[in-house]
Amino acid sequence: METVSLSLKRTWRLLTYNKMGFLGLLGVLFFILMSFVGPYVVPLDTQTKVDKIYQPPSMEFWLGTDSEGRDIFSQIVHGGKDVLMVAFLAGFISTAIAVILGSLSALAGGWVDNAIMALADIVLTIPQFPLLAVLAGLVKFNNITLLAVILGVLSWPSLTRAIRAQVLSLREREFVEAARALDLGTRHIILREIMPNMMSYIAINLIFAMTSAIYAQVGLVFLGLVPFSGQNWGVMLSLAWTRGAIFYKDSIWYIMSPVAAIALFQLALVSLSRLLEEIFNPRLRTSV
Amino acid sequence: MSTVTLAREGLTRLSPGAWLRRLARNYVLRRFLVALAKIYVVVTLTFFIVRLMPTNPIEAYINELIDQYGFTYQEARDQAAALFGLDLDTPLWQQYLQYMGQLIRGDLGTSYRSKGTPVSAMIAKFLPWTLFSVGVSLLISFTLGILLGMVMAYRRESLLDHVLSALASILTAIPNYLVGMMILVFLGVQWKVFPITQMRGAMSPGMKPGFTWEFIKDIFYHATLPIMTYVLTTVGSWMLAMKSSTISTLGEDYVMVAKARGLPERRIVTAYVGRNASLPLFTQLAISIGFVVGGSALIEFIFVYQGIGQLLLNSINYRDYPVMQGVFLVITVAVILANFLADFVYSWLDPRIRIQ
Repeated sequence: METVSLSLKRTWRLLTYNKMGFLGLLGVLFFILMSFVGPYVVPLDTQTKVDKIYQPPSMEFWLGTDSEGRDIFSQIVHGGKDVLMVAFLAGFISTAIAVILGSLSALAGGWVDNAIMALADIVLTIPQFPLLAVLAGLVKFNNITLLAVILGVLSWPSLTRAIRAQVLSLREREFVEAARALDLGTRHIILREIMPNMMSYIAINLIFAMTSAIYAQVGLVFLGLVPFSGQNWGVMLSLAWTRGAIFYKDSIWYIMSPVAAIALFQLALVSLSRLLEEIFNPRLRTSV
Repeated sequence: MSTVTLAREGLTRLSPGAWLRRLARNYVLRRFLVALAKIYVVVTLTFFIVRLMPTNPIEAYINELIDQYGFTYQEARDQAAALFGLDLDTPLWQQYLQYMGQLIRGDLGTSYRSKGTPVSAMIAKFLPWTLFSVGVSLLISFTLGILLGMVMAYRRESLLDHVLSALASILTAIPNYLVGMMILVFLGVQWKVFPITQMRGAMSPGMKPGFTWEFIKDIFYHATLPIMTYVLTTVGSWMLAMKSSTISTLGEDYVMVAKARGLPERRIVTAYVGRNASLPLFTQLAISIGFVVGGSALIEFIFVYQGIGQLLLNSINYRDYPVMQGVFLVITVAVILANFLADFVYSWLDPRIRIQ
């Protein structure tokens, strides 16, 4: 019992060590909760109310109302799921590709290594957003899975390079040699010795891939290149923009709500990455 | 290889073989060839990606003609071939060779929407504005970031450092188009600092381009908001990178030696610390040029600025495939050239990496 409470205390201290990072963690948890549980609690307001156009925030409408008198808060709650799903999926795909190709590149060496690195170099050179925009003109990204796959497939190179470099340096280290000398097996060496040392790169790049996936998908939706239907912060932004919500004093809540939601989620993710960096890389910590 | 042997080699007459070997070792030449190879691979990739897409634009167009205008298949096909400027019966590899042949001569084809207008002429009209606004922005944010980053490193753990660090992290986290939108909403509409509708476009109507004060003032006026957005969203990463680079440079022996020699502090800050600490940032500059030019579509859309990003968007909306491909190609080439240039500048600034 004592050890459990001690380790809990330690975990708590580790999490709260970096205050910005802890806030980021809370923020990310908040957005996940709001986007995946919120829709069951807050019903989506789809009713047009002509007499309630562009209302300021009140007890009834927490973030005011849009150009058709519908509650903005309920749209924000319902609009996060797609954005978060694409971000998580794209981040996961890009990380998976990077870990596999990076380790393969380092372990296989020779022409496999050269080919993977050349490919990474080329994918890194192609400007992502214009490519996505051009692709959006040719294929209809009308489902979020396809969009997430494409975003993930384009964002693996930098992590692949980092993983390759890390594996190359790690396998020469003494502790890996010691494990090998103890005959602990390849599985043990990869999972217990090498992987923990790559966690900080993986976690940070996962978050980086997520933030760039959000940047790209909201951007594409905003420009009207991805014809998403339904509730989505990008769609909200695009609608608010085309309805001229930037030009009036009353409509500021309509345009600023999705802007704030996306910006705050991005900020929370970036702060969280700082925290993860310190958790996985004890050398960055000064105490604990 | 030491300088002495290099110099001796230069004195004796070189045989052709040795001369070639020296050429192959030449850093700039090697990077140039790599850049050319990259351009070639990217051009080839995009050629095939675009043509192997599930919705082939040509077939889509043929189907449209058949469905909507009652064309026969052959008529529709001829029409499409004429419009896209290619012969559909030639195999893909021949089309590819033809396309590459055109590209080498600098021919990007003609627009499909504005019939007969060469794509290169359209790009020549829009590209300078993007290069101007992005170039000025990067210059400002790079300089500002280096200065602030050094201040943060010299005053680290002070209140100023904490405030600037937090600010830099926040600015790098928020997507640039959202920052642009906030500028429009708050500075443009709510507080009326800028007349945003007047500032649209790359220059005022009726303005004559030329090397006059009027013109220069006008283009800076119209580019103010895009530049502001680019600077705000890129300066943070320069600040943070420069701060950590300066901190590690401050620990170098040569800085200690310079101090021990009693050199004036100002000289140490500029010639010893600043110069060496900013070196690694030049490679990042290239990556950032690519990112900023690539992301220009969103910023130019928001501020209605007639740059290459706007042209890309228009061509996508009109499904003007030759223009789409041309603009994408130009952006890619610009990014690769920027990378090459950064490599070159870096090797010029840091002689250590040339000897490898």
